[in-house]
Amino acid sequence: MMTAGIRQLAWLVPVLPLSAFFLIVFVGKKLPGKGAEIGITFTGIAFVLGLLCFREATTQHNIVERSLTWIRFGGFSLQLGIRVDSLASMMFVVVGLVSVLMQIYSLGYMKGDVRYTWYYAAVNLFTGSMLVLVISNNLLQLLVGWELVGICSYLLIGHWYEEKENSSAAIKAFITTRFGDLGFEIGVILLFVAARTFNIGQIEAKVAAHAISPTLVTVGALLLFAGAVGKSAQFPLHVWLPDAMAGPTPVSALIHAATMVTAGVYMIARIYPLFSASHVALQVIGIIASITMLLAAILACVQRDIKRVLAYSTVSQLGYMMAAMSVGAATAGVFHLWTHAFFKALLFLGSGSVIHAVHSNDMFEMGGLRKFMPVTYVTFLIGSLALAGVPPFAGFWSKDEIVAASYTSGNHLVFFAALITAFLTAFYVGRALTLTFAGRYRRMPIAGAATDDHDHGHHGLPHESPRSMTAPLVILAVLSVVGGLVGTPIHNIFAEWIPIPGAEHGFVLGIMVLSIVIALSGLGLAYAMYARAPYGFGVIDPLERLGPLYRAATNRFYIDDFYMKVFVRPIQYGVSKFVYKVVDQEIIDGAVNAAASGTVLLGKAVRETDERGVDGVVNGFAWITNNASFALRRIQSGNVQGYAAGLFVGVVILAAVLFLRGGM
Amino acid sequence: MPVAAPLLLSALMFSCGVYGVLARRHGVMLLIAVELMITAANVNLIVFSQLLRDQLGNIVALFIIAVTAAEVGIGIAIVMLLYRQRSTVAVDDLRLMKW
Repeated sequence: MMTAGIRQLAWLVPVLPLSAFFLIVFVGKKLPGKGAEIGITFTGIAFVLGLLCFREATTQHNIVERSLTWIRFGGFSLQLGIRVDSLASMMFVVVGLVSVLMQIYSLGYMKGDVRYTWYYAAVNLFTGSMLVLVISNNLLQLLVGWELVGICSYLLIGHWYEEKENSSAAIKAFITTRFGDLGFEIGVILLFVAARTFNIGQIEAKVAAHAISPTLVTVGALLLFAGAVGKSAQFPLHVWLPDAMAGPTPVSALIHAATMVTAGVYMIARIYPLFSASHVALQVIGIIASITMLLAAILACVQRDIKRVLAYSTVSQLGYMMAAMSVGAATAGVFHLWTHAFFKALLFLGSGSVIHAVHSNDMFEMGGLRKFMPVTYVTFLIGSLALAGVPPFAGFWSKDEIVAASYTSGNHLVFFAALITAFLTAFYVGRALTLTFAGRYRRMPIAGAATDDHDHGHHGLPHESPRSMTAPLVILAVLSVVGGLVGTPIHNIFAEWIPIPGAEHGFVLGIMVLSIVIALSGLGLAYAMYARAPYGFGVIDPLERLGPLYRAATNRFYIDDFYMKVFVRPIQYGVSKFVYKVVDQEIIDGAVNAAASGTVLLGKAVRETDERGVDGVVNGFAWITNNASFALRRIQSGNVQGYAAGLFVGVVILAAVLFLRGGM
Repeated sequence: MPVAAPLLLSALMFSCGVYGVLARRHGVMLLIAVELMITAANVNLIVFSQLLRDQLGNIVALFIIAVTAAEVGIGIAIVMLLYRQRSTVAVDDLRLMKW
């Protein structure tokens, strides 16, 4: 097991970005690159190391596990450990690669930002935290990474916190995921109580040996899944992810496409035997995943903001990964995570490039960008086709594997949800692609008109982004093509790389043909509907003809409103007001004031005691001494014979005493 | 050797000395009374020296006689100076060191 390989050094993978964080914070501003070079170098080294680990793990097919004692309480100690197998090393590659590319991309995108150095520091902290989560061999350390990732996402989403909307989005993301995290924390504690260990391998062994009661396994799995629902933005906690687009676009690529949101999926794959041991848990995951993918896909269809399309698409695709978990095809889910990381990061970075050029997020204000931004267009097209599931692009293989697995597993709900979602995905991808790049540029005729975006000094035509931004796009585009070829049904190398026990692999030719047809028809329908989108501003979406459904969808099916009414407002105006008026003003202020007056009273009492009591005693002693000395000084008569008489009397008394005691 | 007689003598001499110190006002008489008490002590020393056949008592008595001579010299000198300064040697008039 303990072969001396590169994976013995795997602990460096999270440590490098974390040390980059500290370096950037302390010396970043003094460097010529303002800290960016540290981040890119360190994360780059971590990526290369991760790649070497991945190569070793996939050839040796074993787990390298090491731990050291972190805290010791009596007979029990908390471990800090690493568990490097092919799954963890695959995540090193995904996280490291996307992080490096987005940092390079940010060189151009974030140029001149107010908090440029801090941005790089936070990105590195985020990368490090995610890698801590990935490398962890125990649930507690995983939880530490999990929470660190949460706080980093808060920092990065709220990067431009000067605008209220952005800071609100950051708070929303943080608090919404906390709901799930609460379940996760309880789940970790529950599993610890049941298994007497945090170690993932030992928990898995105990589950396999039926040492934990089935009820506890189910409850534990569901509680852990609650955490995944929060982090991986599953229904009903998906609401934070679209709002999280308030952060800088490269951050969206890193956090909301490739890494943080996949933490939930990764966690489930990491401890998959626990989940596969519970039929109920898998069923619940299947239902949640189906609702999530369908709901998010529908919402993605009506968005005008290009980033929001991608955000809902991410939610939907995460639903796919969860669905794969629920039908026992964990490897397929992880495979989708792998391909999705490439093409979704590509799409996010591509949309960032578009936004950078057009200075607007509204797709109805774009159009015809094909001519102005050829590199962005081609790469975005590749990413879109990968997302839509058109062969031979990456997304096709992974998505098809999931659909086929859900078909063979006989879970009809998941299967039909996956098929409908596949169609909707193709449709919204086609819609976004058509509106953004096809037709004619719609912005020009109304240039100078009052718009609600930051259209400062933008009078020319959109232009291609700088090379630091297009280079990552090209790399990701290449990966979006070849990344899926490792998992084709003809030779599924990926499944050999990452064999997760309990996973079943299905391949059904009919399903494959069906999903190609679905993907192409979705794209075709979108093109037909949007290719001739009307010229000019204030375009009406043809989908508006759907009436109430469209209105419901644009209002996010009132889920956010529901949360607003049921949770936020009552807390804001009820609980908060109560807390402010009664608890704060009455009780706490009362207590503070009471304490203050008590202190004053006590002070007065102490002063009285001091003046009367202590001073009295001191003065009393002085008075007694004074008077006594007046009385006693009479003895000092100056008459030597008097003294001699006293001396004599004393001697006589002493002699008498000695004599009477019989001492003589 | 009969011890009682010389010890009785010594006690009488000491008592006379005490009386002199407490009762007499004249400075020189005071000195003489002190001298009487010392001599009483010397007698005691010699008596016990003979009784115990130990020469230490005799030696100490000799030392005391020598030291007393010096002491009396100083005492007389003080009394003389007092007389020159104050024209009196009555000790109950000399109360300068009272409170």
